[in-house]
Amino acid sequence: MQFLDFEKPLEDLYAQISKLKEMSAKNQVDVTKSISELELSIDETKARIYTHLTPWQRVQLSRHPDRPYTLYYIEKVFSNFTELYGDRQVKDDKAIVGGMAELDGMPVMVLGHQKGVNTKMRQMRNFGMANPEGYRKALRLMKIAEKFNRPIITFIDTPGAYPGLEAEERGQAEAIARNLFEMVNLKVPVICIVIGEGASGGALGIGIGDKVMMLENTWYTVISPESCSSILWRSWSFKEKAAEQLRLTSEDMNQFGLVDGVIPEPLGGAHANPEAMAAIIKEFLISTIQDLYKFDAETRITQRIEKFSKMGFYDEIEEEEKTEQSA
Amino acid sequence: MSSTWFRRIKKGILTSTHEKKEAPDGLWHKCPECKTTTTVKELHDNMYVCLKCNYHNRINAEEYFEILFDGEYKLLFDNIVPKDMLGFVDIKSYASRIEDAQDNTGLPDAISVGVGHVKGREMLIACMNFNFIGGSMGSVVGEKICRSVDYCIEYHLPMLLIAKSGGARMMESAFSLMQMAKTSARLTLLARAGLPYISLMTDPTTGGVTASYAMLGDINIAEPNALIGFAGPRVIKETIKRELPAGFQRSEFLLEHGFLDFIVDRKNLKHKLAMVTDWFMKQPKAV
Repeated sequence: MQFLDFEKPLEDLYAQISKLKEMSAKNQVDVTKSISELELSIDETKARIYTHLTPWQRVQLSRHPDRPYTLYYIEKVFSNFTELYGDRQVKDDKAIVGGMAELDGMPVMVLGHQKGVNTKMRQMRNFGMANPEGYRKALRLMKIAEKFNRPIITFIDTPGAYPGLEAEERGQAEAIARNLFEMVNLKVPVICIVIGEGASGGALGIGIGDKVMMLENTWYTVISPESCSSILWRSWSFKEKAAEQLRLTSEDMNQFGLVDGVIPEPLGGAHANPEAMAAIIKEFLISTIQDLYKFDAETRITQRIEKFSKMGFYDEIEEEEKTEQSA
Repeated sequence: MSSTWFRRIKKGILTSTHEKKEAPDGLWHKCPECKTTTTVKELHDNMYVCLKCNYHNRINAEEYFEILFDGEYKLLFDNIVPKDMLGFVDIKSYASRIEDAQDNTGLPDAISVGVGHVKGREMLIACMNFNFIGGSMGSVVGEKICRSVDYCIEYHLPMLLIAKSGGARMMESAFSLMQMAKTSARLTLLARAGLPYISLMTDPTTGGVTASYAMLGDINIAEPNALIGFAGPRVIKETIKRELPAGFQRSEFLLEHGFLDFIVDRKNLKHKLAMVTDWFMKQPKAV
């Protein structure tokens, strides 16, 4: 287990438990009572820590090294997964994975950003930063799903679309723009879940859906707190402040109506109990897909457009378009 | 040796104050590219394009409207103004940034929408103002684009969008991000109505603007040598840790890589625009 700085009190408790266990094995002493006391105190500590997280701590949690990624959920939530590769034009992007699967017996298309689980894999997955090929592969898979009337599920977890030379040459902006446009018009139900980091256009590029959800300890906004700090404060050291100002937590995003809801995580976060997290997601997906099939395709598309149309804040001055009259 | 050659014969400045010629600021313009100096009047008459090196100076909606519309045009949706709902504060508050930008530009936000005639063809033109917080896309930009789409559908008009932006407006956080989704969603309605959407990218067009409505034209066109991309060159350089090739992310580079339909000089823009609009809008002859 790995612990973030604000999780340190937990690390001590876990250390005490393992020490006790070691001792009892050596000296044949019964320590069950002490252990259960410690476990109780772990639960209390968790409740204390995780219910009062700052926005920056949530950002840290969303990047927790033990946090489950897309392929974990694909394995636990779905069955009969067949991965589909490639964008049919340039190559296969390892930062976005996807394929055919079954959800409780129902054929679906599932895809998402994938981060690596160790140093070597992190490199192979490009830290979850997709190139245009990733977005084009995603669209290709979604079009297959549409053709065969299969619901689409996307998992969002990216620090951003990759800002590389080849990415620009092959049209990173066009690939993302195309996905936004096409996803709006998909005839099948689309559910998107932010499972970790939701950074900017790279996240939105697979994020247009009938239901866009965030797991409790994730963030979603236009820029990472670090980059925001570097641009607006001209220094890297205001990331905590930037995280606060950006209002990027699931709670804020839900309150603003920019996502459709928050999926609660097990106590201590998704990484503390990945199996329970997967079970919660599975249950949510099954019931939500059923709900979405109550509408016909045209209604779903109209509702999608209306939902995004409402997003934004501005004032409308009453004064009847003065400029119009003068012209 | 003597330096008497250089000795001043008459002392002091001899022109009396009332004889001095007035040289107000902004009379001369120095081309940022070739450093040639011209009068502002000459530059204006040449559509703000350098007479010597064809450098396209950055201009805003007012100038584009003057260049493209046949005289009169109507401004739309100027009653939509920005608001600081999040109370965003970095080294400056967003509220004061809005105020300063409005004072400096006399504009409500980073986009202006005009409807008028281009060589006799009625058309809606939405044009971004780079002088307003870097032409950044916030809620007002998104809303005005959406209303432009609705207007075009209602009056059966072609739509031209002139992009010039550093990307999404960070001070509106996720609201600005969602303008990408909002505008793309509304553009699907324009497509469904069978009306043309022409996207003209000008220097610079980057970030979330490029990754949404700027790249979604039925035709995507650009002015020469405009910086167009998703990530900014500085970020890319820091990421890949080597120098970027000359001409990288410029219009000509995008054309070579297949992301632009054509590049158009500002001088020919009006003519081209009329031509392609005809192609889109002409009713086929009844047989």
